[in-house]
Amino acid sequence: MQTQSTTQSNTPSTSQTNDTSTVVSMQDCSISFGGIHAVDHASLDLHKGEVVALLGHNGAGKSTFIKLLSGAYKRDSGTIHIRGEEASINNPRDAKAYGIETIYQTLALADNVDTAANLYLGRELRTAWGTLDDVAMEARAREVMGRLNPRFERFKEPVKALSGGQRQSVAIARAILFNAQILIMDEPTAALGPQETAQVGELIKQLKADGISIFLISHDIEDVFDLADRVAVMKNGQMVGTAPVNAVTRDEVLGMIILGKCPPGATPGPGAVQS
Amino acid sequence: MSNSSSTASPEGARASEASALARFVRATEVDTRMLGMLGALLLIWVVFHLVSDSRFLTPRNLWNLSVQTSSVAIMSTGMVLIIVTRHIDLSVGSILGFVAMVMGVTQTALLPDMLGSDSAAIWVLTLAIGIVIGAFIGGIHGYVIAYLNVPAFIVTLGGLLIWRGAAWWVTSGQTVAPMNQTFRLMGGGPYGAIGAYWSWVVGAIACIGIIALNVMGRRNRKRFNFPLRPLWAELTLVVVGCLAVLGAVNVANSYPWPKGIVKRYAASNNIDVPDGGLFIAHGIAIPVLIAIGVGIIMTFIATRTRFGRYVFAMGGNPEAAELAGINTRWVTMKIFILMGALCAIAGAISTARLNASTNAQGTLDELLVIAAAVIGGTSLGGGIGTIVGAMIGAVVMQSLQSGMVLLGVDAPFQNVVVGIVLVVAVWLDGLYRRRSV
Repeated sequence: MQTQSTTQSNTPSTSQTNDTSTVVSMQDCSISFGGIHAVDHASLDLHKGEVVALLGHNGAGKSTFIKLLSGAYKRDSGTIHIRGEEASINNPRDAKAYGIETIYQTLALADNVDTAANLYLGRELRTAWGTLDDVAMEARAREVMGRLNPRFERFKEPVKALSGGQRQSVAIARAILFNAQILIMDEPTAALGPQETAQVGELIKQLKADGISIFLISHDIEDVFDLADRVAVMKNGQMVGTAPVNAVTRDEVLGMIILGKCPPGATPGPGAVQS
Repeated sequence: MSNSSSTASPEGARASEASALARFVRATEVDTRMLGMLGALLLIWVVFHLVSDSRFLTPRNLWNLSVQTSSVAIMSTGMVLIIVTRHIDLSVGSILGFVAMVMGVTQTALLPDMLGSDSAAIWVLTLAIGIVIGAFIGGIHGYVIAYLNVPAFIVTLGGLLIWRGAAWWVTSGQTVAPMNQTFRLMGGGPYGAIGAYWSWVVGAIACIGIIALNVMGRRNRKRFNFPLRPLWAELTLVVVGCLAVLGAVNVANSYPWPKGIVKRYAASNNIDVPDGGLFIAHGIAIPVLIAIGVGIIMTFIATRTRFGRYVFAMGGNPEAAELAGINTRWVTMKIFILMGALCAIAGAISTARLNASTNAQGTLDELLVIAAAVIGGTSLGGGIGTIVGAMIGAVVMQSLQSGMVLLGVDAPFQNVVVGIVLVVAVWLDGLYRRRSV
């Protein structure tokens, strides 16, 4: 069980894959779109209860890399291990079966149906007759949304009518509703004001305390240093390197993002500039 | 009981200033758009009635209107699901034509040889074969659209030509007639209606259904402490609903059989016809019952099942539906299978009504069906639409057409009017939506 991940990939892993607490191990993953290598042999691990922030420019391949894990894209090559076992993730359904929930940057909400329908989309509660149990779903939705956003009251309206922050909380609620083990958050605070951003920060800390492992994609370097245990930086589809947040400074991380330069505190990846 | 009304506190202040109508609409939670459409329908009826020397709102005309609407109404329920998922189906008229030809040949040439021409099983088997073939054709379209990623517009445009050609090819263009006697009941006519007694029974069941739905809905809301409608609003809805049903039954029961048929019926059953003539009511026509049944089942599918939820979610945001783990391709294929089966049912009704199947049957029906769905509030942008709306839309289209026939308007000019009404209706709907959202 412990040798699995190393025997199947040529590149040595970027951090301790042999640790039994490794929840996700993505090894040597690549995907290209019509000749453009969006993700080029990238590897990354995630441990239990850990928050790993994924950083990089627009178009660095962060979202694409993470979509290989959420099942939105199918990788061309590479392996993914979930809790030590090789996982076959070919579509979002597969990923959900492994306990992987995703909050997409676009939120991926069906605008024309209401909050409860969005929360349970694809996993509807049903009555003994096999019909939709709307009342039960709405009751659960009120419960979860009440915890996340206590002033939220507009359960009967299509989510199109909600504000950006409310829509964001619907997307977050959907991800935590089904006891996710692994959470992927792609710019979860992009549409939020300062107060709501702080709220999401609290939520991430709480989820982390519950032992949930989180991939956090963010532009906000302050956010990252506040919430994450490790940072992983991508550039041009390649992994520049990973580092524990207490081993690097903000300027060093910026150097990784902009120049691809790996500081001494970080573990360099294939994308690091050789100096 | 009315203490927990649905009026939320911030709206309470405004409610006192709002007109009685607005208050009524809010309390009953009725769809104002639907209300507007019913108003427009009523207006069309009253105008035609006044212009045609009181010939429009007669039991006879309304009964015929209901029968003529059935076929398009049935297909429009499937078209709603297709348009909601941002597709289109231009082939429904041709599928209807092809399946109708096959059903015609099946019941006149194939089955009588095997079962004998009087067998009661003929109509069941014919309809079943039609539905299977229709579903299969829809399945082919759906497969190409969903799995081979060819736009629905192109696939069904191809289907429009292919199945119209295939309809000709079944009998090399010959018309098939007459149909099996039992099969013909599906098309209406004096024998194809259920009579006064059973019409009242159906009406009573419908009223009980309306009451039961309201009571159950109220109980469910109470169970989870959701806001309730005020009791008076609930009662108004039930009373209006029941009166509408019983009124419709009364109209169907006021349309008597023609004298000739009464005479023949009396002779064959040894009944003496009194001097004033015998009043035998048509009652609700069988095709109308089929259409209502289809409407109820399709509404159930669209609102109460996972499949229906997925259809609307896919229409609202196809990418989100995919990311939520919905097998969007298979759902798309199922929608087209359903559409094909509905075309077969509509084809059976139109064949039975014509007492013949011709290779031109259903020509241009695709446009009527799409128009009915769109007038009925289905948005071509996807994600929005109701089954009931489309069926009312079908009634609006048919009312315009049969009203103009009643007035003796020339056929080309009828098309001009229908075309203008379609465009104006969609324009008004767009205005309404932009104002309300």
